[in-house]
Amino acid sequence: MPTKIYDAIIVGSGAGGGMATKILSEAGMKVALVEAGPYFDPKDPATMTQMKWPWESPRRGANTNRAFGDYDMSWGDWEVEGEPYTQEKGTNFMWWRSRMLGGRTNHWGRISLRFGPDDFKHKDIDGLGENWPISYEEIKPYYDRLDKMVGVFGSKENRYNDPDGFFLPPPKPRLHELYYIKGARKAGVDVIPSRLSILTKKLNNDRGVCYYCRQCNRSCNVYGDFSSSSVFIIPAVNGGQVDLYVNSMVRTVTTDENGKATGVSFINKEDRKEYKLKAHSVVLGASACSTARILLNSKSKQHPNGLGNSSDLVGRYLHDSTGGGRMAFIPALMDRKTNYNEDGVGGLHVYSPWWLDNKKLDFPRGYHIEVWGGMGMPSYGVGFNVTEFNKLIGGEVGGYGDKLRKDVRRYYGAIMGMEGRGESIALKDNRCELDPMVVDQFGIPVLKFNYKWSNHERYQARHMQDTFEEIIHAMGGMPLGDKPTEEQDWGLLKPGQIIHEVGTTRMGNDPKTSVTNKYCQLHDADNVFIVDAGPFVSQADKNCTWTIMALAMRTSEYVVKQYKQRNI
Amino acid sequence: MDRRDSLKTLLVGTIGGITLASVNSCKTEVATDAPLKQTASNLYGRTPKELEHDKKVHAEVYLNEHELATIAVLCDIILPATTDAGSATDAKVHEFIEFIVKDIPAHQLPMRGGLMWLDLEANRRFEKQFIACSKEEEIQIIEDIAYPDPDNKKPTMAHGIAFFNLMRNLTLTGYYTTKMGFDDLGVNSNYANVWDGVPEEVLANHDVDYEPEWLAKCVDQSKRLVIAEWDEEGNLLT
Repeated sequence: MPTKIYDAIIVGSGAGGGMATKILSEAGMKVALVEAGPYFDPKDPATMTQMKWPWESPRRGANTNRAFGDYDMSWGDWEVEGEPYTQEKGTNFMWWRSRMLGGRTNHWGRISLRFGPDDFKHKDIDGLGENWPISYEEIKPYYDRLDKMVGVFGSKENRYNDPDGFFLPPPKPRLHELYYIKGARKAGVDVIPSRLSILTKKLNNDRGVCYYCRQCNRSCNVYGDFSSSSVFIIPAVNGGQVDLYVNSMVRTVTTDENGKATGVSFINKEDRKEYKLKAHSVVLGASACSTARILLNSKSKQHPNGLGNSSDLVGRYLHDSTGGGRMAFIPALMDRKTNYNEDGVGGLHVYSPWWLDNKKLDFPRGYHIEVWGGMGMPSYGVGFNVTEFNKLIGGEVGGYGDKLRKDVRRYYGAIMGMEGRGESIALKDNRCELDPMVVDQFGIPVLKFNYKWSNHERYQARHMQDTFEEIIHAMGGMPLGDKPTEEQDWGLLKPGQIIHEVGTTRMGNDPKTSVTNKYCQLHDADNVFIVDAGPFVSQADKNCTWTIMALAMRTSEYVVKQYKQRNI
Repeated sequence: MDRRDSLKTLLVGTIGGITLASVNSCKTEVATDAPLKQTASNLYGRTPKELEHDKKVHAEVYLNEHELATIAVLCDIILPATTDAGSATDAKVHEFIEFIVKDIPAHQLPMRGGLMWLDLEANRRFEKQFIACSKEEEIQIIEDIAYPDPDNKKPTMAHGIAFFNLMRNLTLTGYYTTKMGFDDLGVNSNYANVWDGVPEEVLANHDVDYEPEWLAKCVDQSKRLVIAEWDEEGNLLT
C-alpha cells in the first residue's frame, strides 16, 4: 500500500466527486479517488449496452438483474447484494446505489435545472424549512461555468425562478410532445423546451455530439451526454495527478487528537482486508446517505457522536423529490406512420416548469412536469394487455390471431405519460441513522431509514393528478387506469423512489443547526468537505444534479484556496 | 430516471420480478484503472455476475417436452404466420417462453398450472390432451378462454381465461422483441441519426404544428459540429 500523504482523498466518483477530482487535480493537488464499485468507461465495448437490440438479451431487457432493465447502466439499484439497509417500523425509504465509476451519473435522466432565487430563500416566502446561507447570485457564476464546462441544452425564457444559462440549442419536439404543448397551454400550464445535459452541438474536441438514439440511460459511448466517468474522472486520471482506488468501500474518516481528518479507512472488496490512506484533507462525495453513514461510523474520542455530528443533525432533514404520474392514450396517434425515426435524445424534449402561485393553493412549493411517449424501441412488456386499449374505442378485448398484430400496431406510439417531480419540505424527523444491530458484508454498520411524507407532499400529489387529467383531456386524450385516491396518497411515490435524496449534512451559518458551513466544510473538522447533495438545505422542484455540481465546483475551488494558503 | 407505475407495463416498461443487484467481485485491483475483463460470449454488456446468472438459467430445466410442445401450438394460434410475417414459432417465441419462466419464476406456476388446466379441459371435452386435438377442437376451447368474461357468464372458464392472457402477453412480448416482430411492427429506431423534427407529411395528418417562435430556439442541425460559443448574455454565437 502507498505510504504517501495525499493532498486530498475524494470519496465517491459521481457528480460531486467527479467535479472535485477534476478541479483539485487540475490545480496540481495530488489526489486519491476512492470508489466502492469497479472501473467503468461508457465506451468500453465489453460493458456497453448502448445500441443493443432487445433480442440480444435472452430476457429481452426485463428487469431480473437490473431494476430499470438489462440495458440500464447502473450496477446496483434499490438493492446491492451484501449491503442491506433497514427501516424504522412502518416506514419505507428506497435507497438506490450505483456501484461503479461515475456512480448514478452513468444512467441519470440528464435533467439539468438551476435552482432559482426563491429556491435558496423559500422560508422567507412560506415560513417552512430553512433558508440556505447562500443566494442564487452567489452560485450563479458557478452555474454559468458549469453550463460551458459540461454542456446543457435549453432555451432563454426569462422566467424569474427558472434562470437561463449558457445553453446549447434544444431539439425540436416530437409528435406526442406537440400534442402535450397544445394540451398544457389549453389547461393553463406553461411549457418550454427541456433542459438536459446532452450535447446537441459540439462543446469541445474531447466529446462527441448526440446521435439521437434515446439511450442516455445506457451511458454514451461518444461521451455525448454527461457522465462523471467519461467527462470528469477518466480525463483527470489521464492527467496523472489522480490515484484511482476502485472496489474500495470507505468505512470511516480517520482523525487525529485534534479532531482533524487524517485520511480514510476502507475495505478492499477483492481481498476483503482493511486499508488506510492518509491525506491533508478529505472530500466526501459518496452520496447524501452514504456520506452520512461514513460520518456516523467515524466515531472517536474527539467526535463521540460521529464526525461532524456535534449538532446531532447528520442524517436528518433527509428529503427526496415528490413524484406522481399518469398515462394517457391519444386517439389521434392511433395507427400512426412509423416511417421515420423519432428516438430523439434520451428523455423529454419539452417540459413544464412550475407555473403557479402557492398563495392560492393548499400546499407549499411546486413541481415540474416531465413528458414521455412516442415510438420507442420495444422491450420486455411490449404487447402486455394491449387489447385492453380496445375498450377505450369500443373494440374487442382479448382474442387471438391476426387481429393482435393490428392491435399492437394501432397503439404503438399512441400512449404517452406525464410525471410530476416536486419539492418536499425537509423535516428534522425524516432521517437515516446507524442501525444498532446490522452490519453489511464488510462489517460496517448499515443505515436505518425513518421517513414519512406529510400532507404538504400528499396535497401536492393530489394537485398533480388533477393537473394531469386536465392536460390529458385538453390534448384530446383519455387517461389510463384509475385516478389514485386519498387512501393511495393520490399516487405519491415512496420516499427515495425519485432518487433525489438530499439534505443529510445540511449547510448553515450556525453549527448548532447545521453540519457544514456555506462552503460545505464541516463545522467540526475544517479539513473535511462534502460535495454530494448532503449539504442541500432544500430540494427545489428542480432535480439536484446541476446544483450538486455547481456547489461541488465552488467547494473544490475553496479547497484549492485553502491548500494554496496552507490552511489544510 | 423514470419511476414507472405498474400501468406502464401495458406497452413499455419492465415492472415485475424481484430485483437483486449483482455488481461486486469484479476482477479489479486496488489502485489500478483496469477495465472489467469479460469474455467474447458477453454480447450484451453483462457484468461477470450477470453472465453467471445467465449461464445458470440457461442450464436449468423447468418446462418438460410436452409442456413446450403445447406452448408452441398455443403461440402459433396466438400469432400465426401471415403473407408478410412469420409465425410466433418462426420467431422462436416458444424458446423465449422456455427461458423467461425460469428467469422470472413468478411465471412458473401460472404457466405450468395453466397448461395442465388446458389438458384437463381438452380431456373433459374430447378425452385427449390439447395437442392431440384437431384444429377445430383446439379452437373450440380457445374461443372459450380468449376473451375476458367480466360478467362471469362462463365461471368454469375463468382460470383458462387468466392462463390464456398470460400466454398472449408472453407471446406478443416474445414476438415484438425480435427482428421479425420489429419488421412487422415497422419499428424505426436504434440507429445513429440526426433528429430534425416530425416530417412534414406526418404533421399534415395531425392537428398540431411547429410554431415559428419555438422552432427559432431549436438546434440548427447544419451547425451541430461547430463548437459552441456564447456572448456574455448566454446568446449562442455559433
